[in-house]
Amino acid sequence: MLQNFIAPDLTPALPEIFLLSMACAILLLSAFTHRTRLIAALIGPLTQLTLVGCAVLTYLTMDTQTVLTFSNMFVDDLLGDFLKLILMVAVTTVLVYSRDYLAVRNLEKPEFYLLVLFATLGMMVMISASHLITVYLGLELLSLSLYALVAIDRDSSRATEAAMKYFILGALASGLLLYGMSMIYGATGTLEIGGIAQAIDNHAANSGLMIFGLVFLVAGIGFKLGAVPFHMWIPDVYQGAPTPMTLLIGSAPKLAAFAMTLRLLVYGLFDLAGHWQAMFMIMAVLSIALGNLAAIAQTNLKRMLGYSTISHMGFLLLALMSGVVGDDKHFALNAYSVAMYYVVAYVMMSLGSFGMILLLSRAGHEAENLDDFKGLNKRSPWFAAMMMIFMLSMAGIPFFVGFFAKFSVLLAAVDAGYLSLVIFAVIFSLIGAFYYLRVIKLMYFDPPIDTAPIEARLDMRVLLSANGIGVALFGLFPNMLMALCTATLIHSM
Amino acid sequence: MMNFLLSLSIWTPILGALLIFAVSAIGAIGEHSSSQQRNTVRWLSLAVALVSFLVTLPLYLGFDTQATSFQFIEQAPWIPRFNVWYLLGVDGISLLFILLNSFITVLVVLAGWEVIEEKQAQYMGAFLIMSGLMNGIFAALDAMLFYVFFEASLIPMYIIIGVWGGPNRVYAAFKFFLYTLAGSLLMLVALIWLFLESGGSFVLPEWHALKIGMAPQILLFIAFLIAFAVKVPMWPVHTWLPDAHVEAPTGGSVVLAAIMLKLGAYGFLRFSLPIAPDASHYFAPMMIALSLIAVIYIGFVALVQTDMKKLIAYSSISHMGFVTLGFFLFNSLGIEGALVQMISHGFISAAMFLCVGVMYDRMHSRMIGDYGGVIHTMPKFAALFVFFAMANAGLPATSGFVGEFMVILGAVKTNFWVAAAAATTLIMGAAYTLWMVKRVAFGPIANDHVRHLVDINQREFLILALLAVCVLGMGLYPFPFTDVMHISVDNLLRHVAVSKL
Repeated sequence: MLQNFIAPDLTPALPEIFLLSMACAILLLSAFTHRTRLIAALIGPLTQLTLVGCAVLTYLTMDTQTVLTFSNMFVDDLLGDFLKLILMVAVTTVLVYSRDYLAVRNLEKPEFYLLVLFATLGMMVMISASHLITVYLGLELLSLSLYALVAIDRDSSRATEAAMKYFILGALASGLLLYGMSMIYGATGTLEIGGIAQAIDNHAANSGLMIFGLVFLVAGIGFKLGAVPFHMWIPDVYQGAPTPMTLLIGSAPKLAAFAMTLRLLVYGLFDLAGHWQAMFMIMAVLSIALGNLAAIAQTNLKRMLGYSTISHMGFLLLALMSGVVGDDKHFALNAYSVAMYYVVAYVMMSLGSFGMILLLSRAGHEAENLDDFKGLNKRSPWFAAMMMIFMLSMAGIPFFVGFFAKFSVLLAAVDAGYLSLVIFAVIFSLIGAFYYLRVIKLMYFDPPIDTAPIEARLDMRVLLSANGIGVALFGLFPNMLMALCTATLIHSM
Repeated sequence: MMNFLLSLSIWTPILGALLIFAVSAIGAIGEHSSSQQRNTVRWLSLAVALVSFLVTLPLYLGFDTQATSFQFIEQAPWIPRFNVWYLLGVDGISLLFILLNSFITVLVVLAGWEVIEEKQAQYMGAFLIMSGLMNGIFAALDAMLFYVFFEASLIPMYIIIGVWGGPNRVYAAFKFFLYTLAGSLLMLVALIWLFLESGGSFVLPEWHALKIGMAPQILLFIAFLIAFAVKVPMWPVHTWLPDAHVEAPTGGSVVLAAIMLKLGAYGFLRFSLPIAPDASHYFAPMMIALSLIAVIYIGFVALVQTDMKKLIAYSSISHMGFVTLGFFLFNSLGIEGALVQMISHGFISAAMFLCVGVMYDRMHSRMIGDYGGVIHTMPKFAALFVFFAMANAGLPATSGFVGEFMVILGAVKTNFWVAAAAATTLIMGAAYTLWMVKRVAFGPIANDHVRHLVDINQREFLILALLAVCVLGMGLYPFPFTDVMHISVDNLLRHVAVSKL
């Protein structure tokens, strides 16, 4: 047996291996020396350094070649590298935004950093998965870390409740996904994503069983993205979780979920596009409608942003369902690059808007209600302007990145012939504009209730400002990011 | 230098506004007293507004009135991924609006000199940004660029109404934003459709040349109509305007009436007519009917108003009805008359709102009933007020007469009864404007508040006098205005006369 063993090529997975080693090292460090204050203070910066190192490694090993390793279970391509880089930026930002909030609540424990690192590892594995088992491994590593993170404030009953909900619904979704994967294995006889695609191409797959499995896969993906009717967990978890966890859940995992969608459905089941696009269509319509309508009724900003996420995911699905028209596949590149652009833009806006909640929170005060933003313009014109940028961008008003994300999705959808669906989406983004405008109204038109000065550390102020300016600059010069997304996909498809 | 004029006219006020924000932020940290701080902001704003106006003057001086094509063209790739260009250029139709806009912005800055006490830097900055964005709308020759400016211009106006507006400002700000956004989002779908239909281009002159079948033309026309009719505003989607006007601060009302309403009308000339000419002819009777309803019915509505700002708002809708009427007559008198009417209405409505603003600053009331006999205490002001009211009613020798007369002449060529109905505006306009002036300015002094009014100061006199000169000048000698637009209008009419089917 041993003679047949070929050592796998480890270089494509170098960033993941680095991250894992560092996570283990930090784990040991915190386990054996947690009483020393000095070491405890080191863990935060060490985690940041790990992420930066991981990003540097990803960047250095980035090339246009697609390499498969670990018996074709792991793929290293440009798509993966690009998404991982953005992932690193997003997670690093999350850590910077969260630090003060956690410190004053005595939650800045080593567990937090470790769980974030493992969640990041899970997302990286999901992004680079080329095998159903790898997809599932990454997904579970991410999800389990997130469940624990939501519950990290053990004394808060609200957070515990949110964690329970998240866990139960998440486990159900994982079960559905796993069931779907087993069906597909049954139909094609392989778990490799490339192999599945080949089997379908050669008509070697049992098509009835395939579609049966596909339904479960789509349900699992829908849960991870948070699209209606698999959205139930989003509002409760977004509201109940401590804000830094909401920030984390609301940003980086969307990149991983997007990658998972591409890997499973586009790389694996592209020939069944007609079927999964039809399912996406229903999910997109429902998400856009429900997300925008329900957000109007909210008084809690985190919950409102949760519903807004749902509607954004509807737009993402709108792009993903525009890749194949009949048997014509030449729309695919445009549609998926537009979807990727949308996800990246969304992550940027989501980081900023949850970051604003963290900025205004302080010891004993959670600035998570809409009323907490009242009169912000009088307290800090600069950060009121930043929040206005995030809100307008989410509403899809130019010149901000969110507008161009929406615009390019709508263009792809009209191109694919979904004109009436686009009109529907446009009408609901008008309804959506109302609740984003309401936030601006509170900040600018109303007198402040809370007049405490904003006490945030310099690094957070700078990063949050950079985040806002970034949303504006990527809107003034949208081509760079769009072109990057397109170029990435050209080399990876 | 000549090639960057349009960019300068767009970005000077916007960058200037950012500079003002920065200066006021630094001032807030420093030890400056607030009055010193306010002075810096005011003078800086005026300087920015003046420079922005001055850079638009060479546009007029260097404009070739004989050329049929767009001038001062600037072209640079903006979003190559979707073939969107940073493409600017003006013709005789858009040129005057850029000048008007930059001119009005100077007046708005002057008008907000003393009245605005809260967040003055933001107030001035918002108006300057809006001025730049609106110049962008008039200069854009790429449909996406147009759209982006068109929507972005809502943001500063929303803030202006909401922060510095009257008691019901929040409602008005939302209504303004959502109404306009509703219209423009459907236009976005139309733009995307045209992009795909034209083989991947957003360039307007290419769209003008594009052959389109009747059914899509009708749908396009409707999509554009919804967007622009809301903005004009045409009856029956006009209801946001009185609310916005009443609640907006004086400067906001001025910019709304003088420039923002023109964006919709301009859209008809740039999009609806040249892109869907057959549908435009098909819908012309409906458009004329809607315009006449605006002229006559809204004229009656204006008559019964008790709030001066609301009255002028309704009078604006009625006057804009004249503009849309002129467009859909499809003759050069009609369209030129409509354009003259737009410019003239820019001056007159700005002046009327400034007059109301002058009184409001002193009395904090817009109600006609609270006034009476203002002429006894404010003679200089009353003279100018009466003059602008006459112009609003379309008195010959004022600019208000020129446009209306040309449109009525154009209407006679098409249909006598349309002309007759349109001509009632001269009676209606005189009725509601002069009756208001009679109740406000003339008669015995109504109460003690009026008795203690102080006449206008030099700054206020300067603003109103400048506008009076424009109104009178344009009324006596409209040639410099019509001369610029003549070739472009003829060109447009030739284009619209050819079927695209």
